[in-house]
Amino acid sequence: MIWRTGRERGTASRYRLGVPSRPAIWPLAILTVILIALTLPLATARAELRVDITRGQVEPMPVAISDFYGESGEAIDFGKKIAQVVARNLERSGLFRPIGKGAFIQRPEEMLSKPRFADWRQINAQALVTGRVKFKSGDRMEVEFRLWDIFSEEHMVGKRLESATNQWRRMAHIVTDEIYKRLTGEIGYFDTRIVYIAETGPLDARIKRLAIMDQDGENLRFLSDGSQLVLTPRFSPTAQEITYLSYDQGIPRAYLREIDSGQHELLGKFPGMTFAPRFSPDGNSVVLTYAADGNSEIYEMDLRSHKKRRLTENSAIDTAPSYSPDGRRIVFESDRGGDQQIYVMDRQGSQARRITFGKGRYGTPVWSPRGDLIAFTKSYEGRFSIGVIKPDGSGERILSQDFLVEGPTWAPNGRVLMFFRQSERNPDSSELVTIDITGHHEMILFTTTAASDPAWSPLIP
Amino acid sequence: MVAMAAVLLIAAACSSTSDDNAATVGDGDAADTASAQTDQSSATDSSADAAVDVAAVESSGPIPGSQEDLVQNVGDRVFFEYDSAVLTPEGRRTLERQAEWLRLFPELKIMIEGHCDERGTREYNLALGERRATAARDYLIAFGMDSSRLQTTSYGKERPYALGHNEESWKRNRRSVTVVN
Repeated sequence: MIWRTGRERGTASRYRLGVPSRPAIWPLAILTVILIALTLPLATARAELRVDITRGQVEPMPVAISDFYGESGEAIDFGKKIAQVVARNLERSGLFRPIGKGAFIQRPEEMLSKPRFADWRQINAQALVTGRVKFKSGDRMEVEFRLWDIFSEEHMVGKRLESATNQWRRMAHIVTDEIYKRLTGEIGYFDTRIVYIAETGPLDARIKRLAIMDQDGENLRFLSDGSQLVLTPRFSPTAQEITYLSYDQGIPRAYLREIDSGQHELLGKFPGMTFAPRFSPDGNSVVLTYAADGNSEIYEMDLRSHKKRRLTENSAIDTAPSYSPDGRRIVFESDRGGDQQIYVMDRQGSQARRITFGKGRYGTPVWSPRGDLIAFTKSYEGRFSIGVIKPDGSGERILSQDFLVEGPTWAPNGRVLMFFRQSERNPDSSELVTIDITGHHEMILFTTTAASDPAWSPLIP
Repeated sequence: MVAMAAVLLIAAACSSTSDDNAATVGDGDAADTASAQTDQSSATDSSADAAVDVAAVESSGPIPGSQEDLVQNVGDRVFFEYDSAVLTPEGRRTLERQAEWLRLFPELKIMIEGHCDERGTREYNLALGERRATAARDYLIAFGMDSSRLQTTSYGKERPYALGHNEESWKRNRRSVTVVN
């Protein structure tokens, strides 16, 4: 057998999984995914198969995702499901076109050593993913995958993962991240979650609940029961906490909440309403808006010392702050110049500089995790748009427009945005939409109810 | 000509049930007078019905000092222009009436909610709503209200009153609402 395992630089990456909800079914223990790099001795020169994701509308790369091999009926079943999740992830990215399984010539059990490349060339696959699933003791599962370049007949990457069986979806997402990374040169964003607001009921008495799901819309869970109005959830850099807005006794205030335990606390003892909270990149602070006497100002609060620092000081509305990924600057919106525009200041609150000068109002700025762009919402002549602009104010581009589009959030690789939309055809409802920053691959992310205020998690540690 | 006289007569009958009025209007020939009298009697009937209705409403009128009392007899809300927290002359008059009314019930505490239309982003609208609520609060204080009785909050665009997606609805949603606690 040619399958060999080797450790990349002698160490295996460890993924710590906090166990979500349902303690009745899942024991309250930390699970691990052990990720081991697999190499083949014949792998020599690096293959050049690559998708250039900076170019926008490229023809998606045809890829074949074979069902993962399994020895038992149950393992075969998981092998199919994992292959399906990987294929859907790749397809949703817009960069890949998974080939229908009906066209496949070679079967999973025939590829335990190596695929017959000619069989895959015949169906025009450029890359092939193979793998296998094996059960281990203690309801654990081992998943191996390999990525092959069909034309150069080379093994591009291979890894082995192990985790509790009920974490099979996460393993499929981690597999997708590895494939995406190898083929695009960028980190993936599939092992991530989305926290958002699930909406039901009439528009004048809307029930809003905190909801969380995997980035592909699976594993939906509600974090609040709808008895209080909640808005604008955002992840901490560990993806284990969120900060959000909740109305208690009619006053909106910013809260911090541990996702799995449900424990939550009020952020800071501000006498009035606080809103628009967001974590600093190191997770040690939150920046938020406090409105006193009708005047909204931006404050930073240290989460350990609970010390507060005021960052803006004028009679205008200053809100919607977001840190740069290095934590040294803050982008925010203000109407200090007459109407709502975007400004960048340093973290101490000085040297605020306006960066938007186009026609219309600009708000909801969010700094890309790569640091190169700021996403925003713009409104002009009765229509809304989602766009990006460079932090120096140059290179503004509009990506999507509709009756109302609002609240962009970045995938952790800074290549994809999600936002919510009340469309012209159905302004009574709202939906989640993803779009590539090139402006292509706009897609609705299915949710069971109307949805708004999405926030994309970092890669789950 | 006949129809015209009848309309005039009904108007007169509605504003007053006095037979004298009807007589002074109906000074044409016999035929006119006859038709006018028929109209007058039906008009009198309907105004009698109206009188019964008014009495019924009065017997179940709002409790003085309640939210319903404020809504029906004073006006609980003031409206704002797009992206503005500046009180209009009409808004000021409503708030002046509210201040008068609140003086009658010194034990009442109130919450002033600021609201916006859907044509702004969520967090900006929260800030704008707070600005509107504060503008209303400050005006009540200027009219002698004790600030300890007043609290403000903002719902941004979360609680529209009118549900359409047009200017007609938006202008009814750009408001501050005074709510009795």
